[in-house]
Amino acid sequence: MAAEELKTGPLEYRTQEGQMTIMGFWIFLGAEVVLFATLFATYAVLFGRTADAPTPGELFEPGIVLVMTFLLLTSSFTCGLAIHEMRRGSVKGLILWMIITLALGLGFLGFEIFEFVHYTHEGATVQSAAFWSAFFILAGTHGLHVTLGVGWATLLLIQIKKRGLTNVTSRKFFIISLYWHFLDVIWIFIFTSVYLIGMVI
Amino acid sequence: MHITDILVTGEPIIYGAMVSMALVGLALLFILTYFKKWKWLWSEWLTTVDHKKIGVMYILSALLMLFRGGVDAMMMRVQLAFPDLGFLNSQHYNEIFTTHGTIMIIFMAMPFLIGLMNIIVPLQIGARDFAFPYLNALSFWSFFFGMALFNISFVIGGSPDAGWTSYTPLSGAAMSPGPGQNFYLMGLQLSGIGTLATGINLMVTILKMRAPSMKLFHMPIFTWSTLVTCFIIVFAFPILTVALALLTIDRVFGAQFFTLTGEGLPMMWANLFWMWGHPEVYIVILPAFGIFSEVIATFAKKRLFGYHVMVWSMIVIALLSFLVWVHHFFTMGAGAFVNSVFSVSTMLIAVPTGVKIFNWLATLYKSKIEFTVPMLWSLAFIPSFILGGVTGVMLGMAAADFQFHNSYFLIAHFHYVLIAGTVFACFAGLVFWYPKMFGHKMNERLGKWAFWLFFFGFHVCFFPQYFLGLDGMPRRLFITNVAEWLPLNVISTIGAFGMGLGFIVFVYNVYYSFRYSERETTGDSWNGNGRTLEWATTTPVPYYNFATVPYVDEIDPYIRMKEEGKTTFEEDKVKPIHMPSYTGQPFIMMALLGLASFGLVFEWMYVAVFGLIGAVFMMIRRSFDYDDGYYVPVEEIKRTEKKARGL
Ligand code: HEM
Ligand SMILES: [Cu+2]
Repeated sequence: MAAEELKTGPLEYRTQEGQMTIMGFWIFLGAEVVLFATLFATYAVLFGRTADAPTPGELFEPGIVLVMTFLLLTSSFTCGLAIHEMRRGSVKGLILWMIITLALGLGFLGFEIFEFVHYTHEGATVQSAAFWSAFFILAGTHGLHVTLGVGWATLLLIQIKKRGLTNVTSRKFFIISLYWHFLDVIWIFIFTSVYLIGMVI
Repeated sequence: MHITDILVTGEPIIYGAMVSMALVGLALLFILTYFKKWKWLWSEWLTTVDHKKIGVMYILSALLMLFRGGVDAMMMRVQLAFPDLGFLNSQHYNEIFTTHGTIMIIFMAMPFLIGLMNIIVPLQIGARDFAFPYLNALSFWSFFFGMALFNISFVIGGSPDAGWTSYTPLSGAAMSPGPGQNFYLMGLQLSGIGTLATGINLMVTILKMRAPSMKLFHMPIFTWSTLVTCFIIVFAFPILTVALALLTIDRVFGAQFFTLTGEGLPMMWANLFWMWGHPEVYIVILPAFGIFSEVIATFAKKRLFGYHVMVWSMIVIALLSFLVWVHHFFTMGAGAFVNSVFSVSTMLIAVPTGVKIFNWLATLYKSKIEFTVPMLWSLAFIPSFILGGVTGVMLGMAAADFQFHNSYFLIAHFHYVLIAGTVFACFAGLVFWYPKMFGHKMNERLGKWAFWLFFFGFHVCFFPQYFLGLDGMPRRLFITNVAEWLPLNVISTIGAFGMGLGFIVFVYNVYYSFRYSERETTGDSWNGNGRTLEWATTTPVPYYNFATVPYVDEIDPYIRMKEEGKTTFEEDKVKPIHMPSYTGQPFIMMALLGLASFGLVFEWMYVAVFGLIGAVFMMIRRSFDYDDGYYVPVEEIKRTEKKARGL
């Protein structure tokens, strides 16, 4: 339990509680990998099963997806900067970079919503065919994760304002940064195996 | 919406159930009010974060589910033995085998074992609690409300009827309209969250909170089995989560994952389900192996033979368990090559399993066995489980499985492994660790009655089913009017009632022991034969578990501690102990999620959204909650320990 506190090392690792929470989160990310792997497998199995709906080749547009990718990759970078500032002990820097990260994340979400609405207008919906069900659920689950991440980080920003940098707040920020990078990695897989392959075929 | 659209009507059996449920409910309300126990219930149990109390609640729920699933089983057996009686119609029979299977695996076997893990694992590794006590309470309530949701389907809305495997397209919206199947999906989803969280929680607990210098290979074997099981949980449960979510989206929002109309693939469900489902089988068998190992070592009064080999074979089994799922549908047309691959991988599992059997036998060899009740369950397990395992290998031969598939041969097989493995282990573990939970043992004489009734009943019930299967009797069939099948069916039903009787004696024993058993005064309840740390602390266990945590650098550390006269109370070393505070948040959060799930079952979106928002609100509250628990002062620890130890 939170009895002893170390004097050295990153703030978030100094209590046993901090170490345990971070380890627990890593294991949770392992479970998330399985969750997304299952969705990817589903997508792969249902690939091309579009029934009477449009095919991905007809709808996917490189431009918008590239912008989304750019936004999310940049946000992962700024999130790294935020943690870097945190390690330096700068609450201001942490907050600044975190807000930029969230702004980029919101931009990503905006484009994703726009994209989904567009597909729906073209006749590709969750209901229209197995392929599109798989597509929307895979991309949508990722989008939902990003949305949760934005909400969660906002709560943390309020907390750091109130409490400053402690081993609890720093742990919370460190964990959300892991989460955010994880979403970035998942997106890279979606980008390549869904959009790139979907556009080629 | 009228009340009769929601309540199940027209079935006398269900009316009976409604009345008895209402009566039990009223009686509980009355007792709690009359004895002014509401506050006690809330502040001691509903808000608890103590792993031992949570474990007790798991086990109580699991016993209740064993009863419910058992009643289902009896009803099926009556129908099969007396097909002309017309006891159950086809629809009702379908509902009953579905709820029986689901309840037994998801809401009985797994929670029972998780309950034992909850209580024992921290004690075995010298920890004061779980890594995340709050999360642990959350897990329990998620299981509890998932269980409650699944069970009310009986009287509200109607039970699922597509089998516990819930194969599509049968379980899709087109062929299973109505809320029944939704109850299955939401009940499993809700309780699945808790299982995954428990898996992570226990993993961190075991990896990070062991007593000073206890290495992984010093850990008791039950803790090891828990660790390996948690590994399976973490990697298998997300698959179930996704499968359930996809089918829910299919049914409620009209997606096409498993439908035939939108080019969906019903076979994908079978794959997803068994990619979780086969590992699940090992989630309920590996902890059982752990329990038997502890019990056998204790009452053979010997160190477990081949400890390292036992651990490694569990790890190998866990890895292989992910590679065999197709053996559940050899007959669905995957082709000879795929079937061969999965046939071979299936049979490979028999190797490490066989190794474990030989190790148990070697532990028993030339030992002075003490025939206590837990030991009887464990000894009975070995031959019974071998019967189940050998027939499993027979099923694993793809070509032969075309003959056995979906026959009573399969039913006999998996009941042999599930009951002789898991259920025997649950009884063994519960009786074995009972004094740790309640401060007194269960009566041995009644315990033996329960054991023998259950044991004979079990074999009388399931052994004939191998022959029924070979004679061609299919599973999931409600009318068995083939004359040759009748005698064996009647015998089987008699056996089932034998097991029921055993269960009743067991429950009576709980009451009897509570009244009359001698209270424990030492922690080492089994004639001083305890080997691991849980026996080193007092009985019943103080809420902080250990006053001082011993230094451990060997297997079975308590043996040496006893020789050297050491205890877990070294007065000059006592320091204040940090403990988490009780909180009602997990209960409320999960009740709200339960409400949301209930809304989704009936596709009442307002209710679902309301519950979900409530749950999210509770999570936000939690995020802002910086309650850091409290410290137990040294004085209080000393007072508690001295009283418990009679110093
Ligand atoms: C030696 C190890 C085992 C082997 C080789 C084995 C093999 C099999 C096979 C091939 C089937 C499918 C049969 C069919 O559908 O025709 C099956 C079904 C089943 N097994 Fe096992 N099994 C083993 C251990 C276990 C254990 C330890 C458990 C549970 C604790 C278990 C529980 C089940 C269940 C519940 C089913 C029923 C599936 C259904 O509803 O179709 N098995 N097993
Ligand atoms: Cu299997």
